[in-house]
Amino acid sequence: MHFLFRTRYEQDLRLFKHNGQTFWYALLVAALLAAPWLFPDYFVSQLVFIWIYSVVGLGLMLLVGYTGQVSMGHAAFLAMGAYTEAYLQSRGWPFVLSLASAALVSGLTGVVVGLPALRVKGMYLAIATLAFGFIVEEGVTRAEGITGGSSGFSLGSLEIFGLPIDSEQRFYYVSLAILVLCVLGVMNLMRSPTGRAFVAIRDSEISAQSMGINLARYKTIAFSLSAALAGVAGALYAHKLRFLSPDQFTFLQSIELLIMIVIGGLGSIHGAIFGAAFWILAQQFIVTAKDWLPPEIGQQTGLQPTVFGLFLVAFVLFEPLGLYGRWLKIRTFFEIFPFYRKGMFRRQKSYMKSERAK
Amino acid sequence: MTAPLLQAQNLSVQFGGLRAVNDVSFEVWPHEVFSLIGPNGAGKTTIFNLISSLYQPGGGRVIFQGEAISHLAPYEIARLGIARTFQNIELFEHATVLQNLLVGRHCQRHSSWWQDLLFTPRVRRTELQFRRHAEEVIEFLDLQHYRDSMVANLPYGVRKVVELARALAMQPKLLLLDEPSSGLNVEETEEMGFWIDDIKNDLGITVIMVEHDMGLVSRVSDRVLALNQGEVLALGTAAEVQAHPGVIEAYLGGVDDE
Repeated sequence: MHFLFRTRYEQDLRLFKHNGQTFWYALLVAALLAAPWLFPDYFVSQLVFIWIYSVVGLGLMLLVGYTGQVSMGHAAFLAMGAYTEAYLQSRGWPFVLSLASAALVSGLTGVVVGLPALRVKGMYLAIATLAFGFIVEEGVTRAEGITGGSSGFSLGSLEIFGLPIDSEQRFYYVSLAILVLCVLGVMNLMRSPTGRAFVAIRDSEISAQSMGINLARYKTIAFSLSAALAGVAGALYAHKLRFLSPDQFTFLQSIELLIMIVIGGLGSIHGAIFGAAFWILAQQFIVTAKDWLPPEIGQQTGLQPTVFGLFLVAFVLFEPLGLYGRWLKIRTFFEIFPFYRKGMFRRQKSYMKSERAK
Repeated sequence: MTAPLLQAQNLSVQFGGLRAVNDVSFEVWPHEVFSLIGPNGAGKTTIFNLISSLYQPGGGRVIFQGEAISHLAPYEIARLGIARTFQNIELFEHATVLQNLLVGRHCQRHSSWWQDLLFTPRVRRTELQFRRHAEEVIEFLDLQHYRDSMVANLPYGVRKVVELARALAMQPKLLLLDEPSSGLNVEETEEMGFWIDDIKNDLGITVIMVEHDMGLVSRVSDRVLALNQGEVLALGTAAEVQAHPGVIEAYLGGVDDE
């Protein structure tokens, strides 16, 4: 059983709360760095997808999990980042600049999408973001001069500071580095006043205002940071697939991103990464399971969305805290063995908020 | 003669056909505890919402430290030094008590979002300062062993105290308490009374309080304003207002001969 004895406030500020945690994460990082040498290319390629979806999941988690807003058009930001990167690369821009521009373009678009969020909430915001997703998809299809429209856009090979990134392994390290930077950024944000402002907006807008938080400003920051992260993920996505077309960024993709973070566990950074890992691994699982299932089920179109829908329903019913929640429970079980009790993570239901002033 | 800290001048607000607050005027002096009493629906919380700028007055104005504040947004009112608690506790449920208090320090921050993203040394220093201050409030209200509890897991009485702590963490000049003792038992209400005394005497904060518990009102208040149906009934010390016949009829209920 581990007891954390704190003597200084700095200890609560640290990213890793105690030396045990630092050790395990260092081990994890070492394993991830060694992975390309130990595993075949296909496995490494799947890990790259996990990193890319983790970054966009991180962005969506920031918006939905931490700030409590809704976004049903997040694939649009992915698209903006991907096409910006592809277009700038075709014009000869270096990777660092085009990546930064992809983030910037997506971030600015996020500000625009955030404008309805200042006025509407819940269902209406969902519809507004949904509409935005369709607008971007349509816009990308029509702007054939820039995006290649429905015929698609092919990307040339990637080069960073003159070093060609032509193998799975090299791209793996690039995307892992970017993921780590994004995770650190979001962790810093959440332990600072801005992150607390986000959580305050999620939990009670009225008291957030009464505490001096400018709702408009922070909602806008949340939307644009979330969009910028999706833009970065989009840029990586573009280089991974080497080919972009508008039908990769549909409404269904936005829904899949939402399912991903809900299954991962809303309100935690681990949730974004677990969700992405689940997403990719489940897809692999379905592909291999297709051969084992009887043909009436296995060869059905729409098997994948059905399975994911079923998973989502199962998680919402049985494990609302998501994969990360389940992992926390398992870890706590072993940490405080044999004192674990079934109801430890259950939240007390309270019926206190009867009326709001607005 | 010092100037009043807060002045409400001919405040009125109307919701459809209902005059929730009708031509209410009062002054609150620095370092006093000023209570608003009256039946439910008298407009007491509405007056708080008018001061906090959550509603715009249809007529009249609110003056704080000599300046009109009704045109300001709610978050700007907080920056001026006005803190409030809510009748139905509006805490941040999925955050710990400590994090709730740290949000109270929000007005004192100097860093922008990108500095927070990089967690610059300045942000680190400010965070430690905020923590130190939040710990002072925790010690003042004896919340030490709830410090790291998620608010959603706390009982009602403790949540009330955390709500008060969060408002105090803002280091306000004026504190608006909306029914601080509702839902508290006798002992907790007494404790709340002691704390309001300490807030007035030790921290020098002016308090405006909406309250139904007349015992607490008599013990703590310097002056009392009685309201009924949006209009002023009586203004004076607690004893004067409680003896006022209009107040007795509308709210307190005297010795009944029915």
